[in-house]
Amino acid sequence: MAEYKWPDADKRTLIGKRISRIDGPDKVSGRAKYSFDINRPNMLFGKILRSPFAHARVKSIDTSEAERMSGVKAVQVMAEPGKPSAELFWVGASVVAVAAVDEPTAEDALRAIKVEFEVLPHYVVDNDPKNAGDNGKPANENKVGDPDQGFSSAEATVEGVYGLPVITHCCLEPHGSIMEWSDDKSVLAHISTQNVSGVGAQIARPLEIAATNVHVVQAHIGGGFGSKFGSDEWDIAAARLSKKAGAPVKMFNERDAELEVAGARPSAYAHVKVGLKKDGTLTAWESQSWATGGLGGGSSPPLPYIFNIPNQRKQHTMIVNHIGSQRAWRAPSHPQGCLITMSALEDAAAAIGMDPVDLFMKNIEMTGQRAQIYADELKVAGELIGWKSKWHQRGDKTAGPIKRGLGLSIHTWGGLGHPSDCDLTIQPDGSVELKMGTQDLGTGTRTALNIIVAETLGVPMDSVKILIGDSHYPASGASGGSTTIGGISASARRASLDALDQLYAKVAPALDAKPEDLEVVAGKVQVKNNPAKSLTWKQACTKIGGTPLTIRGKNPGPGTLTNQGVGGVQMADVSVDIETGVVRVNKMVAVQDCGLVIDLKTAESQCYGALIMGVCYALYEEKIMDARTGRMLNPNMEFYKLAGIGDIGELVVHMMTGKGYDERGVIGLGEPPVVSPGAVLSNAVANAIGVRVPHLPLTPDRVLQALEKKGGPNAKV
Amino acid sequence: MRKFEYASPTTKQQAVALLGSSFAEAEVLAGGTDLLSLMKDDVVHPKRLVNIKDIPELRGIKRSKPGLTIGATTTIQELLDNVEVRRQYPAIAEAAEGISSQQIRAMGTVGGELCQRPRCWYYRAGYGLLGTDHGESLVLQGENRYHAILGNGGPAYFVNPSSLAPALIAHSAKIVVYGAKGERQVDAEKFFVTPQSSDQREYDLKPGEIVTAIVLPPTGGAKGATYEVRQKEALDWPLAAAAVSLNITGGKVTSARVVLGHVAPIPWRASEAEQALAGKPVSEETAKAAGDAAVAGAKSLSHNAYKIQLARVAVKRAALKAAQGGAR
Repeated sequence: MAEYKWPDADKRTLIGKRISRIDGPDKVSGRAKYSFDINRPNMLFGKILRSPFAHARVKSIDTSEAERMSGVKAVQVMAEPGKPSAELFWVGASVVAVAAVDEPTAEDALRAIKVEFEVLPHYVVDNDPKNAGDNGKPANENKVGDPDQGFSSAEATVEGVYGLPVITHCCLEPHGSIMEWSDDKSVLAHISTQNVSGVGAQIARPLEIAATNVHVVQAHIGGGFGSKFGSDEWDIAAARLSKKAGAPVKMFNERDAELEVAGARPSAYAHVKVGLKKDGTLTAWESQSWATGGLGGGSSPPLPYIFNIPNQRKQHTMIVNHIGSQRAWRAPSHPQGCLITMSALEDAAAAIGMDPVDLFMKNIEMTGQRAQIYADELKVAGELIGWKSKWHQRGDKTAGPIKRGLGLSIHTWGGLGHPSDCDLTIQPDGSVELKMGTQDLGTGTRTALNIIVAETLGVPMDSVKILIGDSHYPASGASGGSTTIGGISASARRASLDALDQLYAKVAPALDAKPEDLEVVAGKVQVKNNPAKSLTWKQACTKIGGTPLTIRGKNPGPGTLTNQGVGGVQMADVSVDIETGVVRVNKMVAVQDCGLVIDLKTAESQCYGALIMGVCYALYEEKIMDARTGRMLNPNMEFYKLAGIGDIGELVVHMMTGKGYDERGVIGLGEPPVVSPGAVLSNAVANAIGVRVPHLPLTPDRVLQALEKKGGPNAKV
Repeated sequence: MRKFEYASPTTKQQAVALLGSSFAEAEVLAGGTDLLSLMKDDVVHPKRLVNIKDIPELRGIKRSKPGLTIGATTTIQELLDNVEVRRQYPAIAEAAEGISSQQIRAMGTVGGELCQRPRCWYYRAGYGLLGTDHGESLVLQGENRYHAILGNGGPAYFVNPSSLAPALIAHSAKIVVYGAKGERQVDAEKFFVTPQSSDQREYDLKPGEIVTAIVLPPTGGAKGATYEVRQKEALDWPLAAAAVSLNITGGKVTSARVVLGHVAPIPWRASEAEQALAGKPVSEETAKAAGDAAVAGAKSLSHNAYKIQLARVAVKRAALKAAQGGAR
C-alpha cells in the first residue's frame, strides 16, 4: 500500500523546478484552439438584442420582420412580455436572440426587431450612501471587544477615506459557446468555462434534458477570473436557437456586452478610524463602509483585513443598483478589504512618524497563525526592494516634480484543493495517459499534471499524455478560489502511486523481489538497495498483460497532499509626477508562500500575472457609469484602460519554498498575489507625495486633487 | 457592421467621383483604424467606402522645393522612420511616437490621423457628435473628465483627438485638399473647425473632398518639441499635449508658435503663450509664464479642472524641451 505523500526534496527531479508549460508552443503559435476558435459544420451565428435602458420593462416585441429575413434561421425571445423576465435591470440585459447564417445578417435581424419598453427609474452610481436613498441597505453595527475603551486608550487616532470602484473582468476571450444538438435530447457544448465538469448540469436544467446528455468540451480558455463558473442566459439561448434551427449556433459576447454584463467586481469604500499607541500598538478600529455589486448590492469586505485589532466597531451599507451583475473576481472581497485596511494602517504609521514595516512587525501577532511567515516575508521583500535604504518619511523631499515612494501590504488566502477525480492508464507498451475533467485556466494545469505523473512514475514528461477539458473525463472541481492545483495534484499523485503499486505487483516476480521492495528511478523499475536488479519502464510494463492498467485517483483522499492558508507580502516603488499626477511603477516585489510548489516557473508566472492585473486595477480600471443614461461609458478596450508592457515596471517574484513550506503540501496560488497590488501602490504613492489619494484607480486627476487638498508641494507648476 | 459597397480607385479623380455629395453616401477609407471601429459600433454607416490606399501619388514623403511634402496615406510608422522628419521637425516625430499602439502606427495614416473622429464616449455611444439626449448635453451633465477646457463655450465639448495636428500647426503646415473643383491648400490651423451642429464635421472637408498631402515649410532654424501628458504608455490618447516651435536669436525668442492638443474641440493655438515667450530667453520662469498664459482663458467643466494644470505643464515642458533640444 502506497504511502500518500510528496517525494522528499532530494528525490524530486521535476517537482519544484522551473519547467516551461507544455502547451506554451501551441499558445504562442496560434495552434491552441480556444472555444471562441471552434467552428462547426453548417454553424450559425447568434446575436442578442440588448436593453438600451438600465431599468425597463418589455411591453411588447415584434420579431416578425426579422423572422422573414433571408438568412435568419431562428429567433428566441428572452425577455417575455408579461412574465418576470420582462423586467430588465441593466443596460445590455438580453431581450431577443437570433441565429443567422453570418454575423452581419444576425445584426440586421436585430435592427429589424421592434421592442416597446416601459422605462423605469434607474440608479447606477455608488459614490455616497447618503445619496442612495432606498437603494442603500444599511446593516446593523458590528462590535468586537470594547471600541470605546480601545479609542480612549489610544495615544493617536487617525482617520481616512479609502475605496475602489467597480471594475470588470475584461476576459480577452469573451463569454460564450457553440451549442449543437447531436440528437433531440443531447447537446455538445463548446463553451468558455471555468467548470468543465459542472457546467453541463446547469446547461441541462433549463433545456429539460439529462445532465449526462450534455457533453462539454474546452481545450483552452482566454481568461475567466471568477466570471465563468456557470452557464449564462446567452448559452441557453444559443442552445434553444440551435434546436429550432437544427444547426450549431455560435454565440459569444461582443466586447461592449462583455464589459457591461459579463461580470463586475464589487466596489468598496470606507471611512476608517484607527486608534494606536505611540509605539505603534493598534488599539481600535472603526469603519463605516459601503459597496455595490449591482442588483445584489455589495457585501462588506473583511475589515480590518488580517490584523485582528482587539476592539472594533463596524457598520456596512449595501448599495443596490443597475450596473450589471457582480461575479466572483479573483480573491473575492480581499483586494477591497486589503486596500482599505493596509491604507489605513500606513496612514496610521505616517501619523506617528513610524516606518510601516515597524508598525506591521509591532502588531504581527494580530495576524494570527501565519505571523512568522509574514515576518519572514517582510524581511525578504524588504531586501528585494531595498526598503531600508530607500524608505523615507512621508513626502519625498528631493527637489523637482518627480517624487518616489515605497509602499507595502500583506495578504492571505485559503487555497485547499477541491474534489478531483482522474483516471491514469498505463498501457502494456509503457505509454501513460491521464484523463481529468478539469480545465487549464491559463495557470499551467496540464503542465502540473504532467510533472506529477512523470515524477511519480519516474518517466520523461513527454511520455505522458495529459487529457483535460472534456466532461467525459472523471469529474474535477471548478477552477475558482485557488482550489485547482491542490485538487488536481493530489488526485494525480494518488493515482500515480496506486498505479505503481499495481505495476510492482505484476513486475515483482520477474525481478524475484517483493512488490514493496521496488521503486522507480529514471525510467527503470528496480529493487531498492540493489539497482542492478531492474527492468526498463518499457520492459516492466509488458508484465501488465493484455489489458491496460487504469487507476482512479481521487481528492480528497488519504495522506496530506494539499493544505490551505497562505501569507504573502508585497512592496512597491513608484514615481509620481506631482505637476501632472501621473504615477509610474518602478518596481514591485511579491513574496509568496503556497506550500509545495509543483512548477516554480508557472507559480512565478501566476504572481507576475497577478501583479500586472494589480497594476491595472490600481492605476487604470474603473467601470464608469453615466448617471443620466445609466450606461457604461467605457465598454471597449480603449476607454477601459489596461496597462501595456511599458506601464508595468520591473516585477520581482520570490516564492517561499523549502523547509517549513514544502511539507504542508500543495496550496493554491491563483488568488493571493492579486490581493495586495492596490494597497501597495496606493501606499507607495502616499509615501511619495505626502498625502493619501483616497480612491483607486490612482489617476492624474485624483492625484492632483489630493495634492491640492493637502496644499503641499503641488504644484501650480 | 452594416453592409456597404467597397471601391478602390487608383487616381484621386476617381476617388472624388466615387465619394458623391454627402457624408452619408460615402466615407474615405485609409488605414481604417478609426473608421472601422465607428462602423462596428454603428456610429457611422456609409453606403460606400472609398479606399484611397491604392492611389500611388498619395503615399510617401518627398522633399519639396522648400520643406517636405507628406502624402496623406503615408503611415505613422513611415513618418516616424523618416530621417528628414526626425532631423528637421522633432515636434512632429515626438507626436508620432505618442500614437499608440504599434498596430495603429503600422496601419494608421497621416491623413487619417488628422481626420479621425472625436474619442468622446457619448459620441462613440451613439449620442451624436455633440453628445446630446433630447437636446441636452450629456457631456455637461455627465462624465467629462477627458473633455475640453478651452473653446468649450458649446455646443461642442469634445477634444480634437489628433496627436499630429498641434505639431503640424506649430510648424505652419498646410493641408492639401482635393475635390471635384480641383486642389486647394488650407493652413493646418484653419483646417480644424468647431462644429455647431451634429451633422457638421470637425474639419474643413466638404463631401467629395479628400486630404491628399501635408506640406511642411522649411523650419528656418526653428526649434520644435512636443510634450504629451499621458496616463499610460500603452494604447491611449494623451490627456493634454503641447507642441512648440521657437525661433531663437541671441538667446532670445524672436517668434514662437504654441499649440495645445486634446484640450479643445480644435487644436488650440495659444497666442497668449507665444506672446509670453516673445523677446525673452526660455527659462523655467518664462516657460512657466507661457504655461500660465496658455490656460489663462481656460474654463473647466464639472470633472476636468485637472486638465488645466496638465495643459499648463505641457506648454512649460514643451517650451523647455524645444529650447534645450529641438536644434537639429
